[in-house]
Amino acid sequence: MGILKWIDRRLPFISLVNHELRDYPTPKNLSYMWNFGSLAGMILIIMILSGIFLSMHYIPHVDHAFNSVEHIMRDVNAGWLIRYIHMNGATLFFVVVYVHIFRGLYYGSYKSPRELLWILGVIILLLMMATAFMGYVLPWGQMSFWGATVITNLFSAFPFGESIVHWLWGGFAIDNPTLNRFFALHYLLPFLIVGVSIVHLIALHQFGSNNPLGIERKEAGDSIPFHPYYTIKDTFGFAVFLMIYCGFIFFAPNFFGEPDNYVPANPLVTPPHIVPEWYFLPFYAILRSIPSKLLGVLAMFGSVMVLFIVPWLDRHPVRSSRFRPYHRWFFWLFVVDCFILGWVGANPPEGMFILIGRAATSYYFAHFFFFLPLLSYLEPVMPLPLSISRPVLEERPS
Amino acid sequence: MSDFKTLSPPSLPISTSTRREFIHLTAGAMSLVGIGTVAWPFINSMNPSADVVALSTIEVDVSSIPVGETHTVMWRGQPVFVRHRKPEEIKEMRATSLKTLPDPETDEQRTKDPNWLVVVGVCTHLGCIPTQRKSIQASNDDQEIGWVCACHGSRYDYSGRIISGPAPRNLKVPTYEFINQNAALRIG
Repeated sequence: MGILKWIDRRLPFISLVNHELRDYPTPKNLSYMWNFGSLAGMILIIMILSGIFLSMHYIPHVDHAFNSVEHIMRDVNAGWLIRYIHMNGATLFFVVVYVHIFRGLYYGSYKSPRELLWILGVIILLLMMATAFMGYVLPWGQMSFWGATVITNLFSAFPFGESIVHWLWGGFAIDNPTLNRFFALHYLLPFLIVGVSIVHLIALHQFGSNNPLGIERKEAGDSIPFHPYYTIKDTFGFAVFLMIYCGFIFFAPNFFGEPDNYVPANPLVTPPHIVPEWYFLPFYAILRSIPSKLLGVLAMFGSVMVLFIVPWLDRHPVRSSRFRPYHRWFFWLFVVDCFILGWVGANPPEGMFILIGRAATSYYFAHFFFFLPLLSYLEPVMPLPLSISRPVLEERPS
Repeated sequence: MSDFKTLSPPSLPISTSTRREFIHLTAGAMSLVGIGTVAWPFINSMNPSADVVALSTIEVDVSSIPVGETHTVMWRGQPVFVRHRKPEEIKEMRATSLKTLPDPETDEQRTKDPNWLVVVGVCTHLGCIPTQRKSIQASNDDQEIGWVCACHGSRYDYSGRIISGPAPRNLKVPTYEFINQNAALRIG
């Protein structure tokens, strides 16, 4: 081990890993809700690896893109497997990240001193959305083409919109230049996500994980070393996740897909019903709920951007909703509201869906801009446990 | 509480360090098998795909190649020399002494029909394509007597065998057979 010591003294990589992944003190009461961060990291690695292998066979040209994907599916050895891994990985990545975000909202993980940790997470979410959108364009099916058309046209709502859109397209319509740059960016952005994720981890390790009680660790017995306790727990969670993942890959690979995307892109015919991937549906519903082009676009972007300022909208001193009986209700109402928005987004904008969409959109913003600030002042502060190790109502010094 | 000792399990005879090592080894071996199983489809995806493999057989009409001419055909992205040899070439190639050759092979081993030489036209040194080689003797000026590789000067005879130069082996003979009463050639 002399060589390792020699290297470690000059390049303390082993020390770093020992310090941050082995001895790293972690709250001893983390539930399975805390599995989703490391899970997201694993999926990111799977996505990058499968994507690199797909890119060895994919051709980013309007004349060849669709056929090259079919070539991957039919001719390339295990190409179908790699593509289904990548396709379903994107969907499950969003499942995992959404659970991760809702967990943060429920347990107040965004509160001081973890505001930057939260903001870095929202940046990762934005990068993921951009990456997923551009990846969906690459197979050059009907949904790819028309999804790209609709999403890029969002920017036409802004001043100088037409120039912005032509700049995004590199032409006067979605065409080869658009496909080429989307491929380049789809390859680039995941590596930016890796970078921001590393910064996210640095911010996390500054104060350590939040925990279900939402209180800081106060005594030695509150922490346990990351290895083996959480390495094994994360591995177990990953194994469970892999079973679900493989279930989709091998038994229902197109469960989340749109049949229309197996029709080659046709710039002359729009499919009758354009729907984005499920993970964009709530935002899509917000866009359609507002009967003004610019305001709709602003509301849609705003619905994601509002996450940036959540640490300042919720000023209540208690973190965990376990000790916030009111917030707990509003949290679940908000979750239900997001599902309703998703359901509205999946349906055509007509009849009752317009009304429900508008109500759900109003509630979405009311949650952030009305209920969170209101609860900050109205919700009583309950007694908190003295430490993670001691039961909630053990004798408190009064 | 007094008989607490009787409730505690007896110490196990097996050394715990051995059990721990066994678990580590088993888990490590299983992980390697798992990683290998997952890695293989990815590695294999870089192998020639089905459409490329499907192009591995071509058919060439040889009835139009006159005696003394070489036609170059494309097979798996590489040139294949199909030469309709002259009787004197056949005679000379069959008479060559194996002792003088770096990679000794008889002409009979390298041809199915003495009139036809079929070799992959890729120099076995570093992959360049050899060109027709002319005799340097003044008496039979302009007489072609084989191939020479322009890259590093390897010389081949009309059996595709290496005569001199850095190439280690003779030009490769692809799998082929004559079809349609010797009017055509199926390579691959």
